[in-house]
Amino acid sequence: MTTTTRDSAVVSRRSSLGVKAAWDRLKVSRAWLSFWFMLPAAAFLLLFLAYPLALGIWISFTDARIGRSGAFVGLENYEWLWDDSVFWLSVFNTLLYTAVASCFKFAIGLYLALLLNHHMPFKAIIRALVLIPFIVPTVLSAIAFWWLFDSQFSVLSWSLKKIGLIASNIDFLGDPWNARWSVIFANIWRGVPFIAITLLAGLQTVPPSLYEAATIDGANEWQIFRYITYPLLTPIIAVVMTFSVLFTFTDFQLIWAMTRGGPVNATHLMATLSYQRAILGGYLGEGAAISTAMIPFLLAAILISWFGLQRRKWQHGESND
Amino acid sequence: MTELLAPTPGPARASDHSEGMSYLETLPRRLVTLYLPLSIILIVLLFPFYWMALTSIKPDEQLLNLDRFNPFWTTAPTLKHIQKLLFETSYPHWLWNTVLVAVASTMLSIGASVLAAYAIVRLRYRGAQWIGAAIFLAYLVPPSILFIPLSTVVFQYGLFDTPFALILTYPTILIPFSTWLLMGYFKTIPFELEECALIDGASRWQILTRIILPLATPGLISAFIFCFTLCWNEFIYALTFISSTSNKTVPVAIVNEFVDGDIYRWGSLMAGALVGSVPLVVLYAFFVEHYVAAMTGAVKE
Repeated sequence: MTTTTRDSAVVSRRSSLGVKAAWDRLKVSRAWLSFWFMLPAAAFLLLFLAYPLALGIWISFTDARIGRSGAFVGLENYEWLWDDSVFWLSVFNTLLYTAVASCFKFAIGLYLALLLNHHMPFKAIIRALVLIPFIVPTVLSAIAFWWLFDSQFSVLSWSLKKIGLIASNIDFLGDPWNARWSVIFANIWRGVPFIAITLLAGLQTVPPSLYEAATIDGANEWQIFRYITYPLLTPIIAVVMTFSVLFTFTDFQLIWAMTRGGPVNATHLMATLSYQRAILGGYLGEGAAISTAMIPFLLAAILISWFGLQRRKWQHGESND
Repeated sequence: MTELLAPTPGPARASDHSEGMSYLETLPRRLVTLYLPLSIILIVLLFPFYWMALTSIKPDEQLLNLDRFNPFWTTAPTLKHIQKLLFETSYPHWLWNTVLVAVASTMLSIGASVLAAYAIVRLRYRGAQWIGAAIFLAYLVPPSILFIPLSTVVFQYGLFDTPFALILTYPTILIPFSTWLLMGYFKTIPFELEECALIDGASRWQILTRIILPLATPGLISAFIFCFTLCWNEFIYALTFISSTSNKTVPVAIVNEFVDGDIYRWGSLMAGALVGSVPLVVLYAFFVEHYVAAMTGAVKE
């Protein structure tokens, strides 16, 4: 009895020595070490990002419903969507929303960045204030907009009536086109601070000597902007606008908090429509098909900005950092 | 030393181009070209918050009677809405849920990102560049195309309607961002420090915890508060993966639980929005420069 215990103890000590040696070797091996260091992040991203991304594409080819996994049905979901006028309306809304909001966000954001780049009193406080719409959760500010756009008690209608510009209340969120412009306005409001502050950071890297030289050479303000500021700012503009376009295109929370896609689907974006069909309606396959249909648009946006960036780098002769 | 190493692209360090030439502008000109447009934009940006705060302290009868009371001001402020919110609804509980989910998933993400960023920048294994690019691409995958398949995944793993559904899925949004940010910070720490430590016999783990992390503290703070804000702000996953009222986070609870037919709901709704925003704004006020560094750092890299 005792001998067996001792034997097994010896064996286990020997094997633990072997394990320890192997462990020592592993500890210094860079490949293994890298593997362990990468493991947590990779596990998260593979399990909850890469796998769902692939699964979503697969679900879009099945007739899955909530509570039951579906069978492969080929392109049926897509054929169904092709004939669905509400889907095409949501595509139109999404493109309109993204195009109009991005243009305004870029123009106002750049203008605001140029303004903030001036020397003025309370500069730090003003810059901090500008970013507040970005800090406050979107849903909560969207609810504030919902109240501002109320059909009966809107303070905007009240003010316009007092000034005498309109005779009766504006139905901001009840009329299709008013609702579209209202949510676009809220999106611009929410997005401008991010663009302004990031572009401001870009502006601050432009060497002042360039402006001084241009001023001495007699360049006017527009020329300074066009031939110095804008070219030097292009790379950061490309990155910022890619992010802005991507997140505007896939926006969900603002719409859901303000209109839930109404009135008569006039503000449904592809994201909100897919939520409505998949989670509220229970047709996972159809909802996944709508989500998957967003991917080509997103890829196009990324590629356009990527090649825009590359071209600039090539022109400037910079090495890829 | 730390000041030299810390790459803060925030407004504090940067100088303005116009400082040198601003004497060329006269005051009236500045009024029209600078202060006027700037104040218009600022008023538009901040008005919704003024309105939010004002509504949450207005008595009900003043809220809906625009003809008798000037809507832009209130004569008899009341804390009734906020009191009702905090003591008669589950709002404190929702607030607690939000904080719990945000802190837990931020911690998880920062831990995973520190390891990953260190491995990519400093261990430089084969293919590290490609992994870095893949992580950047993961940053570009929006939650709105993932929530449908993720809901089935969450259901399969038995996480549906638990806080873990959110704690484990939020890192997919946070890890790409914070890894990218921390890679930028780690790159600025000189190699020589690490080589000295290696010669002295330190292990990689010791190097990471004793040398790299203390030097990258500003980066860690930036990543932490930015991730925390993103979690607080997250809506679509919380809306999809949580069904019972007691597990909801503040943004979802406000949209789903407060929006009833009551004509006097605006006071409590705005109070809810205000109380849900204040913690973030306070955090922001303390760490403005870290926020800006996080935002611009992730874009610039």
